[in-house]
Amino acid sequence: MITIIDYGMGNIHSVHKALESFGAEVCVTNDPAAVERSEKLILPGVGAFGDTIDELDRRGLSRAIKKYINDKKIFLGICLGLQLLFESSEESPGKKGLSVLRGTVRRFKDSRELKVPHMGWNQLHASAARSASSLLRGISDDSNVYFCHSYYVDPENTEVIAGTTEYGIPFPSVIWKENVFGVQFHPEKSQKTGLAIIKNFVEMH
Amino acid sequence: MLTKRIIPCLDIKDGRVVKGVKFLNLRDAGDPVEVARMYDAQGADELVFLDITASYEKRKTMVELVERIAVNIFMPFTVGGGIRTIDDIRDLLNAGADKVSINTQAVQNPELIKDSSSRFGSQCIVTAIDAKRVPDSSPEDPQWQVFTHGGRTPVGLDAVEWARKAAALGAGEILLTSMDYDGTKDGYDLALTKAVSDAVTIPVIASGGAGSLEHFVDAFALAGADACLAASLFHYQEFSVSEVKEYARSKGIPMRMK
Repeated sequence: MITIIDYGMGNIHSVHKALESFGAEVCVTNDPAAVERSEKLILPGVGAFGDTIDELDRRGLSRAIKKYINDKKIFLGICLGLQLLFESSEESPGKKGLSVLRGTVRRFKDSRELKVPHMGWNQLHASAARSASSLLRGISDDSNVYFCHSYYVDPENTEVIAGTTEYGIPFPSVIWKENVFGVQFHPEKSQKTGLAIIKNFVEMH
Repeated sequence: MLTKRIIPCLDIKDGRVVKGVKFLNLRDAGDPVEVARMYDAQGADELVFLDITASYEKRKTMVELVERIAVNIFMPFTVGGGIRTIDDIRDLLNAGADKVSINTQAVQNPELIKDSSSRFGSQCIVTAIDAKRVPDSSPEDPQWQVFTHGGRTPVGLDAVEWARKAAALGAGEILLTSMDYDGTKDGYDLALTKAVSDAVTIPVIASGGAGSLEHFVDAFALAGADACLAASLFHYQEFSVSEVKEYARSKGIPMRMK
């Protein structure tokens, strides 16, 4: 059973359907108790960092997510769901993230040459030491995945970076630390490559 | 490297795909999910669904359609047409749209761009601009004015200025349609596209006028477009998306190939 956190902000249909297409049983919930109990957890994300963390706090979900992760069960954050794992974000100064990982979330420096949001298909490079990540199993280097974001994570400990993408600077597009996975792109929107990543997640244990 | 995007646009009326020429003469052409699937198979980078349904009640069917698209097609898509409120935006995003495109209401109530982008993030708020060349503006220093209500109502705004303002309010992308070129197949309005693209630091989608493979390359290479949108060209299968992408790549434009 895979649990998707639904906090009323954003799209979960595609993730839900993609998981089901690989035979996963899916539970969609905003109940903190159900989140703590779950076996595999996905935090999707559309929205602004501050509003979303407020909403997670208000619903008691922040504590539940941290407890779940502390129990060493498999977690996947998508887009904002990845960013929320960190301590803070330039998007919402003063707001504290889930702080599961050390580091902050930064905004791309925009210019005429570097439009922000970073929107569209860009290549994923698995970092050499991390190419064994089970999430990226079978994904060839330089695969195109779909991005739609203005902010990127900047971890204190660079060893958690499992994949990078180039946009003016190389930024972390896949994060992996023990049981915690995060992707800055949208696997549920990345057609064949994205579906292969979701299949890896379904088959992970 | 971020690739340039090719985006087929599907006009939707009462839950079905239609395509007009210069916003008129609609012709029924099928089920949106089927058409989307075809474009997916051709390697389209995104899709835009533009709801041109007139009545408010019938727009509710758009939310249902968006849900149906989201569970069938695993690619990004934008939904536009008739969006008036934060609740409209929330409903469409919750139903599975990745982005919403706001046109008339953004002009009438620019705060909607600000409020929605701060709530849902800039990355999902597209401002659509329908622009028409000011008749007496000089070819050396052309100017364009903004129209709303499906291109019927001039609102006395300069298109480049409005794009700049929309970006400052928090829009994450501009969908820029040339009313002069739309339906002509004479190519995108390169001067308009370049003027807007140079004025903002958010992505710009060129729209209106695509008629040949070269037109796409010109919009990317000469006008700085981040994406090119086309409707009838793909709809009537004059070119497939993959033909456009292969050609653009052969001319040095970064493209995602299947």
